[in-house]
Amino acid sequence: MKHARLVWKNLTRNKRRSILTVLSVGVALFLFAALQSVLTALDATSEVGSESRLITRNATGIVFPLPEAYTQRLRAVDGVEAVSWANWFGGTYIDSRNYFAQFAVDEETFFSMYPEIQIAPAQLDAFNGEKSGTIVGQGLMERFGWSLGQTIVLQGTIFPGDWEFVIRGVYEPDNPSFGDENMYFHYDYLFENSGESATPGWFIVRPSDPNLATEVAARIDGSFENSSDPTQTETEKAFQAGFVTMWGNVGFLVRAIGTAVFFAILLVAANTMMMSSRERINEVAVLKTLGFRDGLLSRLVVAESLAISVVGGVLGLAAASVMLANNEMLGSILPGYTVLPSTMLQGLAIAVVLGLISGFVPAREAARLSVVDALRRVA
Amino acid sequence: MALVELRDLTKRYQTEAEIISVLEDVDLNIEAGEYLSLMGPSGSGKSTLLNLMAGLDQPDSGTITIDGSEITSLGPNRLADWRANHIGFVFQFYNLLPVLTAFQNVELPLLLTNLSKDERRERVEVALNVVNLSDRMEHYPRQLSGGQEQRVGIARAIVSDPVMILADEPTGDLDAASAEEILTLLERLHSEFNKTVLMVTHDQHAAERAHRKMYLEKGVLHQ
Ligand SMILES: Nc1ncnc2c1ncn2[C@@H]1O[C@H](COP(=O)(O)OP(=O)(O)O)[C@@H](O)[C@H]1O
Ligand SMILES: [Mg+2]
Repeated sequence: MKHARLVWKNLTRNKRRSILTVLSVGVALFLFAALQSVLTALDATSEVGSESRLITRNATGIVFPLPEAYTQRLRAVDGVEAVSWANWFGGTYIDSRNYFAQFAVDEETFFSMYPEIQIAPAQLDAFNGEKSGTIVGQGLMERFGWSLGQTIVLQGTIFPGDWEFVIRGVYEPDNPSFGDENMYFHYDYLFENSGESATPGWFIVRPSDPNLATEVAARIDGSFENSSDPTQTETEKAFQAGFVTMWGNVGFLVRAIGTAVFFAILLVAANTMMMSSRERINEVAVLKTLGFRDGLLSRLVVAESLAISVVGGVLGLAAASVMLANNEMLGSILPGYTVLPSTMLQGLAIAVVLGLISGFVPAREAARLSVVDALRRVA
Repeated sequence: MALVELRDLTKRYQTEAEIISVLEDVDLNIEAGEYLSLMGPSGSGKSTLLNLMAGLDQPDSGTITIDGSEITSLGPNRLADWRANHIGFVFQFYNLLPVLTAFQNVELPLLLTNLSKDERRERVEVALNVVNLSDRMEHYPRQLSGGQEQRVGIARAIVSDPVMILADEPTGDLDAASAEEILTLLERLHSEFNKTVLMVTHDQHAAERAHRKMYLEKGVLHQ
């Protein structure tokens, strides 16, 4: 402990440099936490989606709808137990930054297909009894401070105009990765109001035996093969994974660039720490002359770079946990975005390793330094 | 047995072209409490001899026995510990740590001991009192004159009560008045505190004040 002052004095001898080094380590670890959490979110998203539900969509692309008449034909396919359908609404609430997903659903079939959506029966009844009724997630209620019975207005993008909805129900998901920021409303309301002919965006199909899901999917696509709108059917999980794969490419890019930046910053920080200790090689020689052992001098050098990188790391990770964790915007773009404790621990470990590595080289130099040579160089 | 015994001490440097023989079979005895000066032309090996005696450098052959320890056979850690206990080194360019106050600079050697904070404080104050700098304890080196810096350097050299003070051109960078102060101080270390002092100097007048003069030339020590 009595040597701590020596370490402290060395850290504060060039305050600006020390602060900049601490900050660059902080930025690097902030970046690390941010990127690592994107990957966490992508992992979580790929876990969403059921293996026992099938999604049937237009083979040309998800943005192309399917004829309503397909409902009956789907029900007739061998091995199909239930069919529902939904549309993407893509509306904006006040400001485009208030992003959340809205689905127009067939109220009679949809909710029984999604046991994940937990809602009080009385609220479901109230929703069914009102054309412009909507069911929203608890997360949205909290995010916008809504209350049951409130009328909210969304600006349509795919379906233009101002759209009024009355909140009649609030759901809670049975597991967090399903997300509690979705909005569901009546399919009929969408098409009566928009004046367009009703066309489901996609169908949700429940096979009678989940183990036969792939066979049923093949059968469905086979039966529409020669129709005007061929279909593509896959499990909901695979369907979600498709989105994630799309994200995954973005994730790869982000990760590649981020990793490069991360290492660049770390190298700069490590180099600065090494330089600042090299500048004092003469002082190391003096301390050796006074009888300081090689090992003690190395430990002092390592303590210094360890202090810089751990302080920087803690600052960067603390900033990440304040700014990134529970960040609504990030959370709604990438559901499941969160800074995990394990990410924090990894970050801390990186900071410690960085401190040890950047201290190691000058520490070894200090230990090996020949007093005679060092002092001769100066004189 | 003398405090210091050098036997057949040889030190050579291998350069690209030739082998420079810096010290050639040097024999020297120094009794405890002696005050010696060492002169010689620049490059004659005076610093090399001091560095060898401080255990900062290794001879090519020969032995160095100081206070009963054959220091050429000690490992690096034992040597460092031995140096902390036996040698006070005074440099030409003071070599104080700029980030530490005079007090903290003098305290450095004591950080290697088991002394408590209070005991260290007491010793540092005594040492700074000897060099007459009690009123500059909290000053940083840059706030001191060259002569004052060298007095801090001497306080640092004596604070751990070593048996021998090795001073390599301690007045080489000082004006005449400051140099005089330093010489008087070294003399007092010898006369009042009974220290063994070996001082390298270029100054004939300074050398005269020592009780025994030595001269190094072409690797040979003349006593
Ligand atoms: N590392 C080295 N490599 C080669 N020659 C050296 C080295 N160190 C010292 N010398 C040579 O040893 C001689 C003695 O140096 P030194 O002891 O510093 O002399 P002095 O202190 O008497 O001026 C000089 O000629 C110097 O050039
Ligand atoms: Mg010299």
